[in-house]
Amino acid sequence: MIDLKKLFVYLKNYKKECVLGPAFKLLEALFELFVPLVMASVIDRGINNADNMHIWKMIGVMILLGVIGLVCSITAQYFCAVAAVGFSGKIRSVLFKHIQSLDFKTADKIGTSTLITRITSDLNQLQNGVNLVLRLFLRSPFIVFGAAIMAFTVDVKASLIFLATIPLLSVIVFAVILGGAPVYKKVQSALDNILKITRENLTGARVIRAFGAEGAEIERFNRGNSTLKSKQLFAGRITALMNPLTYVVVNLSVVYILYSGAIRVNTGNLTQGEVVALVNYMSQILIELVKLANLIITVTKAVACGNRIADVLAIEGGMETAHSTDTVTSAVEFKNVSLSYNENGEKSLDNISFAVTEGMSVGVIGVTGSGKSSLVNLIPRFYDVTEGEVFVMGKNVKSYPVKALRKLIAIVPQKAQLFKGTIRSNVTFGKRDATDEEINRAIAIAQAEDVVLAKGGLDGEVAQMGRNLSGGQRQRLTIARAILTGAKILVLDDSASALDYKTDFSLRRAISKIEGVTTFIVSQRASSVMNCDMIITLEDGTVAGIGTHKELLEKCEVYSEIYYSQYERSGDNE
Amino acid sequence: MSNMAVVKKLLKYLKGSRRYLLLSLVLAAITVALTLLIPILTGVAVDYMIGQGNVDIPGVVRILLIITVAVAVTAVAQWIMNIINNSVTYSIVQKVRSEAFENLQSVSLSYIDSHPSGDIVNRVISDVDQFSEGLLMGLTQVFSSAMTIVGTLAFMVYINWKIALVVLLVTPLSFVVAAFIAKRTYSMFKLRSETQGEATAYIDEMITGKNIVAAFSCEEAVGARFDEINERLNKATLDAVFYSSITNPATRFVNSLVYALVGLTGAISAVSGGISVGALSSFLSYANQYTKPFNEISGVVTELQNAIVCAGRILHVIEQPREADGSEENSIDLDRGEVNIKDVSFSYSKEKKLIEHLNLKIKKGQRVAIVGPTGCGKTTLINLLMRFYDVDKGEICLEGVNINHMPRRNLREGYGMVLQETWLRGGTVKENIAFGKSDATDEEIIEAAKKAYAHSFIKRLPKGYDTVISENGGLSQGQKQLLCIARLMLINPAMLILDEATSSIDTRTELKIQKAFATLMEGKTSFIVAHRLSTIREADVILVMKDGSIVEMGNHEELMAKGGFYKELYNAGLNKE
Repeated sequence: MIDLKKLFVYLKNYKKECVLGPAFKLLEALFELFVPLVMASVIDRGINNADNMHIWKMIGVMILLGVIGLVCSITAQYFCAVAAVGFSGKIRSVLFKHIQSLDFKTADKIGTSTLITRITSDLNQLQNGVNLVLRLFLRSPFIVFGAAIMAFTVDVKASLIFLATIPLLSVIVFAVILGGAPVYKKVQSALDNILKITRENLTGARVIRAFGAEGAEIERFNRGNSTLKSKQLFAGRITALMNPLTYVVVNLSVVYILYSGAIRVNTGNLTQGEVVALVNYMSQILIELVKLANLIITVTKAVACGNRIADVLAIEGGMETAHSTDTVTSAVEFKNVSLSYNENGEKSLDNISFAVTEGMSVGVIGVTGSGKSSLVNLIPRFYDVTEGEVFVMGKNVKSYPVKALRKLIAIVPQKAQLFKGTIRSNVTFGKRDATDEEINRAIAIAQAEDVVLAKGGLDGEVAQMGRNLSGGQRQRLTIARAILTGAKILVLDDSASALDYKTDFSLRRAISKIEGVTTFIVSQRASSVMNCDMIITLEDGTVAGIGTHKELLEKCEVYSEIYYSQYERSGDNE
Repeated sequence: MSNMAVVKKLLKYLKGSRRYLLLSLVLAAITVALTLLIPILTGVAVDYMIGQGNVDIPGVVRILLIITVAVAVTAVAQWIMNIINNSVTYSIVQKVRSEAFENLQSVSLSYIDSHPSGDIVNRVISDVDQFSEGLLMGLTQVFSSAMTIVGTLAFMVYINWKIALVVLLVTPLSFVVAAFIAKRTYSMFKLRSETQGEATAYIDEMITGKNIVAAFSCEEAVGARFDEINERLNKATLDAVFYSSITNPATRFVNSLVYALVGLTGAISAVSGGISVGALSSFLSYANQYTKPFNEISGVVTELQNAIVCAGRILHVIEQPREADGSEENSIDLDRGEVNIKDVSFSYSKEKKLIEHLNLKIKKGQRVAIVGPTGCGKTTLINLLMRFYDVDKGEICLEGVNINHMPRRNLREGYGMVLQETWLRGGTVKENIAFGKSDATDEEIIEAAKKAYAHSFIKRLPKGYDTVISENGGLSQGQKQLLCIARLMLINPAMLILDEATSSIDTRTELKIQKAFATLMEGKTSFIVAHRLSTIREADVILVMKDGSIVEMGNHEELMAKGGFYKELYNAGLNKE
């Protein structure tokens, strides 16, 4: 509930609508109250005096009241809709940008699926909730208190029961909402789970079918789905109490009014008509509460979902910029760097130190899981080091604003990730204003000219995740994307693994011709790194050897083993 | 799909819960009857209080006792009814979701490939959710409203059947108005749902690719693009929500006209003595009661309409045609497979031809290597062999049986597959290795992991084989690939497909894995897409592909002797620079 308050700032721009919406709603209710009075006049003056003129006139008034009510109510609906939609639209935008600003570690921990539910399903629920609250929820207290006040004007003593009833009703309403919200929060997290399974099954459709695991996956989904159902039922049971409980409270109050009324009428302190009036006011409260009960699920859910959204917004996302005056002269330098992904977890990198001068090409090689990707991920500060320092262009990475740092570096990640759009939109991802000439040059260096050709030019379509391209085509486009940025540091994280040797070779030769760029090439293949100015060989997160191909071949056992494992096989018939 | 068609299909889902719905209807009847009775009892009680010293206190107490009992019964009936409605709704929702998911397991892969996963996810999650909301509200409102209508109508007919007839004939007017608005707003709701799907697809893509966005410092551009979609979504939502919310005021207006009309005819006939004033006043109060349910139903019309649109979107997934399947009779006992590709043509889209008139006969136990520049159709060939896609022309036979005639299950069980794209599901390492054989023992799993050289790194994970693999992060790309290989090692299939299976694995480990593969492939038909020349050289048949067709075919020696495209590729690979 407290977290929810933080969301209300986004209603700020809709103050006017938030006031006018309910106000028109009340106005409408007010006009509705006149109708019985007009009808009374029809009966008292029209029928009793046989005055047909008066009847026609009064019916005209009633229709007029109806028209006014219609106008008020449509106006109210409009303001409420504007406020609710605007509010959730604003949150959607803020939330999306907030998620984009989360650092890698935090985002890894939260998980993609739940972030998606929060910005879609949860937000929809919140929007429905806000709309209903503005439209109907504010009206209810007005009617309830209004009826109570009217009752007091009738008879103070007999109305004292209202003082007991209203707090009791409030307690019930809030207990149901506050008791239901945490349960609905669990419902939403069960929903996260089945969303995750669905997503996984869409991305892994081929593997699942190849292994004939459809049945097992369906079973897994059904398990998650039944958990969801049982949570929904539990939550439903709580909200189902609202209607009967309020019904009992209100009607027992009516019974009390009738009983005490009977005694007071008997003693002459109250008239029969006054008892009827009191009962009527109590009934009015009941009618209002019945309406409320139908909405309580929506409101309770909205509270739960709003909390989940507030939770994400409350996560401190960005990396802090630390002041550091240490400078070095190298382009990239690691000083005693260690990294572990989770606290007291195993170190993925352990005490790594090296320095790279501008324009050098650096190869990073090592067995699977030796920490190659971890090492290059520290350069654009995707993760923060656990110990030690990383310097880029002479300054500690922590002293840069994150964006400024990343502008210096173009990285081609291991997983070739493309987005729905065109070849152009993908390649210019890091440099929107690139000219065709620049784009074509980057594509030429990345050996991707045939990809462009195959897709019918720069505006050829690219499907989500680049699914309409082969693995190698995707990799070359991601390389072109990185080259186009013109960044001073280029990092290729095993990003040529799907390329055949011929293409890989041409690619490396083209890249080596770009001037003034410091290049990091992570690879499994000795052939990819052997011409680098410096090769870092990793083993189990530690440096096994740093040097040129020649040096390493002589003194670094790990490197020479990798080298010979490849060259024995592909080179033995030469 | 039209509104009506969707509703009709939804009714089918309600069929299974008929008994519960009937019970709910009975409970609604009880609730409504007692709710209508209580004001009458109150009236009787008030009648006992004539004035000072003239109150029948025992009479009042007797009535009050009856009211208390009626209230208790109503409350209990309401509570049970609520619970039944809840359980009916969520059972249907569960069923709909399960059916959608089950169908996703058997729709053609081209459906999955051509739809953004975010959009499909949105249908299964958000749309179903909105649908359940509407359904629950509908069930709760419609039943008690229907009962109230029946109850009050009975009272009105009892008082004056002529005016009752007027009311009966005029009130449906509000439905006409509601239907008019609903028809016009339907397209708005559809647009809203579609835009929502588009937004979700973008969200899905950008949250998944968040690291790229960060790496290229593109947060602003991506945010701006999202704002553009969001802007459209807001507009579509506002239109749908606002215009549909006119329904309620409009029907209420119509009903107040009805009320005025009843007042007018009633009053005029009262003037001429056709009806008593008392009767008119109770008549008016019932007319009021009678129109209330109409108002209430139209009050939730937004939710109902939205629910129908969302249901349509989910039904679209459920009704997606399934992959065609062969018949059980044609299932074969696979052993080391003979594959015959006869005059096969295939393309993903009609405009762009890919594979044309491909002929290929692979004998049992042959090792087939597929080489060629990236994007030449290697993966497509695998798609066809596994029948992820159906050939356009020609046929592929396995052991003499057209694969289109045999059960897919039978075909796919025959193959073991490792793809370049590593896919692991959320769960433990153990569960992932046992993916193709869920009843595998721990020993078998460890054995498979050892064969894939994954055992040593798994042992070092925080919880060993029970370590949960999270959605993102955790394992390196190469480690994931090792797990995919372990998964294959466990099932020991009749044939193998290795599509760049070791591309992210270091060469030392790869060398060992190749040996394990060699043992596994012993005497089995296998298809290997690779760029490591040593692997290719040892193949019995090498298919050299270029632009979707096989340009050369033969063993290493033959192809080298031929001096064509293969030789060119091979020499490039050997280039020591």
